Amino acid sequence: MAKASTLFTYALRLGDDSLIIGQRLSEWCGHAPTIEVDLSLANVALDQIGQATHFLALAGAIEGKGRDADALAFKRDVLDFTNCLLVEQPNGDFAQTIARQFLFSHYQALLFGELAQSKDERFAAIAAKAAKEVAYHANLASDWVVRLGDGTDESRTRMDQGLQWMWRFVDELFVMDEVDAAAQKAGVGVDKAALRAAWDQRIDGVLNDATLARPASRRPALGGRKGHHSEHLGHVLSEMQFLQRAYPGAVW
Amino acid sequence: MTNKTIVIPDARSAIRNDETETIAEILASIPDPEIPAVSVIDLGIVRTIEAECVVITPTYTGCPATLAIERAIRAALDANGFTHVRLETTLAPPWSTDWITDEGREKLRAYGIAPPPKGADAAALRNETRPQCPRCGSLNTEEVSRFGSTPCKALWRCNACAEPFDRFKCH
Repeated sequence: MAKASTLFTYALRLGDDSLIIGQRLSEWCGHAPTIEVDLSLANVALDQIGQATHFLALAGAIEGKGRDADALAFKRDVLDFTNCLLVEQPNGDFAQTIARQFLFSHYQALLFGELAQSKDERFAAIAAKAAKEVAYHANLASDWVVRLGDGTDESRTRMDQGLQWMWRFVDELFVMDEVDAAAQKAGVGVDKAALRAAWDQRIDGVLNDATLARPASRRPALGGRKGHHSEHLGHVLSEMQFLQRAYPGAVW
Repeated sequence: MTNKTIVIPDARSAIRNDETETIAEILASIPDPEIPAVSVIDLGIVRTIEAECVVITPTYTGCPATLAIERAIRAALDANGFTHVRLETTLAPPWSTDWITDEGREKLRAYGIAPPPKGADAAALRNETRPQCPRCGSLNTEEVSRFGSTPCKALWRCNACAEPFDRFKCH
C-alpha cells in the first residue's frame, strides 16, 4: 500500500501534465492556420483539460484537505507544479506545437494503456477513458508530422526544427524517481522506463514515413517533477490563473 | 436496447418497477444539449436506473455538456417528484459509441450526422471505414477534419451530393 502522499503526487503529476499542455494548446484557439486545425487543437486541449480535471480532483480527494481540481489548478505557484518540462514549452510555430504534441501524445497513449490496468480503480478509470481520447491525438499529430516532414522544403525545415527544439525534454517523460517507483511497487503506477522502447518504435515509424531523421541525443533537461521549471511556466500560469488571482474565489 | 435500463425484478412491490420505468421515460425525453435530436438515453449516457439512484457517465473527459446534462436530469427528476432519487456519475467502464441505441443511430442520421459504426475497433477509430452520407446515402465520402464542432464529431464531405456533414466519431 503506497502512502497517501505518494499517490497525491502521482495524481498531481498526471493532472499537471494534462493541464499545462491543454492550456498551451488553447492558446492556438482563433490563431491556427486553418479552421480545421483550429478545431482540432481546441478539441485536443479540451480533452487534456478534461483529463486534468479528473486527475486533479483525484489528487485533491487523496490529499483530503478540501482542495478540489480548481484549487489545485489556480491556487498553486510555479514551484508547486509537477508537470514535465515538455508540456510547458512555447507553442512556437505550428510545426513546433505539432512536434510537442507528437512526442507527448505517444507517451500518453502508452502510459494510459498501462495505467488502465492499475490496481487502484480510480486511476484505472480515468486512464481507460483518457486512452481513447489520446489515441486520436497521437493520430492527428503523427499525420501532421508526416505531412510537414514529407512536404515542402519550408515545412520540412520547420518540422525538423520543432523536433530539435523539443527533443531534449523527451528523457524526462520516462524517468522513474522515488514517487514513480513507490507508486509502481504498490501496483498503482506505471513503469515508465519500460515504455521507452515502444515509444521509440512508434516515433521512429512516423519519422520514417515523414522522411525525417531522428534528432541526435542531447543532454536531457530534467526537473519539472520537482518544480524546477523553465521560465515559460510562470508566463503560462500568469495567464491561466489571472482570474482567480484578481478575483479570488470567483465562480461561474 | 440492453443499455436502456437495468431493472431488477423486485418481489417486494410492483411499484418499484413502475418507478424505474417512469424515470426511464422522463430521461428519454431529455435531449443532449449539443445534439438535441437524441436523448441522453439514446446516447448511452445513462448507465443504470434504479428506484433510488440514476447513474450516468460522461462521453469525453472534457465534454462541456456533462454538467448541463447533469443539471437537466436533476431538474427533470425533481420536477416529476423524484427528488429522493440520487444522481451519480461513473467513469468506468468508459463510455463507448457502441452504447448508442439503434434508435439513437437512426435519429442521428435523420438529423444529418453519420452515426458511428458499431465495434469501436482500431480501424474504425482511424476512420478507415467511410461513412455513408446522411443526406444522399453515397459512400463516396471523404474526411475534411478529424476533429469537428464537438469532441464527439469529425467533419466529412460527400463527393456525390457535395454536402459537408458531421460524423459521430468512433469511441
